[in-house]
Amino acid sequence: MAIDNGSVPKGGIEVIRSELVQKLCDDHPDLRIREIERVVSSFFDAISDQLQQGGRVELRGFGAFSTRDRDARKGRNPRTGEAVDVDAKRVPYFKPGKEMRERLNV
Amino acid sequence: MRQPKAGTLTRADLADVVHQEIGLSRAESANIVERILHHMCAALSDGENVKISGFGSFILRDKGERIGRNPKTGVEVPIAPRRVLTFRASQLMRERIVSGD
Repeated sequence: MAIDNGSVPKGGIEVIRSELVQKLCDDHPDLRIREIERVVSSFFDAISDQLQQGGRVELRGFGAFSTRDRDARKGRNPRTGEAVDVDAKRVPYFKPGKEMRERLNV
Repeated sequence: MRQPKAGTLTRADLADVVHQEIGLSRAESANIVERILHHMCAALSDGENVKISGFGSFILRDKGERIGRNPKTGVEVPIAPRRVLTFRASQLMRERIVSGD
């Protein structure tokens, strides 16, 4: 069955970590860029650490990060068609918050 | 130094991590955490994807209209075209999560 994952919006613009750091520098002229970079790393590392420990991170208005357990399954090498065993694993998951979902569709 | 193992972290906990690790005041730490989220929300609302190296990418997708069904009543209803937000974790984060503690 075909799954419609939707199309990527036109434009293809993206904000990368360094641009986020720049915006924060503009907000906080009292801080040096080096400090802001450390803050940004600290922020995202704390989320990753929490997920690694099996916990969740809930950010009201934005969304929630958690992990999901995937069962072992039989997969297939897409190139050769050969059947392979895929082990059970834990994967990161993000659910956008209600406010965030609404903001995307105004 | 880190918060309780597992459980749920919130903004306040992230601000506390920043306060402890970077040494900014509690107020400034809380403010900057808020601004990080503000800038990410603003970019996504403007139709821009957000890519954080070593963490993951927040990717927008436009979905076409389709016919859905109320699972309780079985009544068919049109689902309007809409934009959704997906998250794709970086390879680094995936590897960390798979390995666990």
